[in-house]
Amino acid sequence: MLILAGTVPIKGLPLITGELSLTPEGVMVDGYLLDQNRGTAAMLTTVAVVCKEYNLRPPCCVIAGDIGQRDGSSKVYEYLTEKVSELEPKVMAFHYIMPDIRRNARLVKAIKQLKRKPLLIADAGSMYVAKAGGYASYYDIFTPDMGELAFLADEKADHPAYTRGFIWHMDQDAPELIQRAYDWKNAADILFVKGSTDYICRAGKIMKSVSEPTVPVMEAIGGTGDTITGIIAALSYYEEDLIEVCSLAAKANREAGKLANPTPATQVNDIIEQIPRALKINKQEEKVSQRKAVVAENFKDIIYSDH
Amino acid sequence: MKNLLSKIFKKEEDPRKARGLLIFSNTSEVIKAEEILKEGGYQIKVMSPPPQYRTGCDLSITFPLVEQLGVTRLLKEKEISPLEILPLSEERMEPLDICRITDFGEYLMVKAANMKITVHTFTWKIVNISGGGCPDVPYLASEMIGKRISDAPNPKTLGYTLCAYSLSIAFEETLRLMEERLC
Repeated sequence: MLILAGTVPIKGLPLITGELSLTPEGVMVDGYLLDQNRGTAAMLTTVAVVCKEYNLRPPCCVIAGDIGQRDGSSKVYEYLTEKVSELEPKVMAFHYIMPDIRRNARLVKAIKQLKRKPLLIADAGSMYVAKAGGYASYYDIFTPDMGELAFLADEKADHPAYTRGFIWHMDQDAPELIQRAYDWKNAADILFVKGSTDYICRAGKIMKSVSEPTVPVMEAIGGTGDTITGIIAALSYYEEDLIEVCSLAAKANREAGKLANPTPATQVNDIIEQIPRALKINKQEEKVSQRKAVVAENFKDIIYSDH
Repeated sequence: MKNLLSKIFKKEEDPRKARGLLIFSNTSEVIKAEEILKEGGYQIKVMSPPPQYRTGCDLSITFPLVEQLGVTRLLKEKEISPLEILPLSEERMEPLDICRITDFGEYLMVKAANMKITVHTFTWKIVNISGGGCPDVPYLASEMIGKRISDAPNPKTLGYTLCAYSLSIAFEETLRLMEERLC
């Protein structure tokens, strides 16, 4: 089972659980329609769109309302801690949530007791608390932006707001910060660093970098990181090569951004709408490059036989 | 004996430098207390609390220990009670207050720590808020986007978390830059 967990900013929304469905008005869980404009709801919408595009089984969601008062977040931590053994997750993606080191430690302890460890993906508050609590290396994928990478690289910071000024996050500093985050064991197995160049790293090494197509204004658009986490969550349930999954997510997200022809005022739902087209373009490009590889291979044989 | 005397002497020598730490139950109270104490003219700073009080998203306030009475009285008048008042005994971390500016021409993006705010420079409208990971970020975005930055609520007045605190730093810097453009 793929489980998506987090909070949405709807005051008083109770803990809701159930299958994610995509409706023309937005995503729906347990009969509740969720605003898709940013945060966890943008991630959920992206997962729903990708699942529809690839005919994948919809995920199960554990969501609660929280506007920063910790109430909904506590319900999500506690529900998952109690039920994770019944849910038998294969992949768990954690998103916007109030960092709570003690509750998260109890959740990680419950996950450690499972017979088979699920793939753990964390972004936003869930990534902050995993690092602050000292569990980063137990997770499989983190998706930080440059500011959050600086936080992972700072061994003393509990939250990105406390990142010390000397660990400044200019794009050219990414390789050094990535190394530092791994050295301090404050990185998941895979780091997907979102920026003008996306870096996909494993065990301290940059495995792939993606910088095309370039759409600089996407940095200003709230939710464009949530869409990357959504694509990774949906695809990692079905594809074992996680570096390939991250690479596909980077390309599809950038392509969707380009197709939306955005300005800094564009809202993320305009980009999510383009994700199916972006995935199709990616598939076509993949086929073309596979054909080119086959032709090159055959051509090589011809050259060899001529000699 | 000599060491003891020197310690006592040192302590008495510089009492104005001794600082105390106010611990609150949540970040929202810290933000309110910070406003009140700054308005009251106290030399305060927001910082990380000691490890035993940390949840992963919290702040505390340091203040000159000699002014403890005045500080607690002022907070009590405003119905804010710190959970504890401690002497500051070790180095605390301060929230990052450096901003980075990206000029997109018609739009200006200001970034503080992990938070970004973007305004349209002609209309002063907030067009996007991005970054962050605490639950109030999407809530703040929905309350602020579409409003002129001069009319929008400061995230400090609506938010509860460190992300809201960083967003308020970016918000105040953006407002300052926009007002500077008028001059």
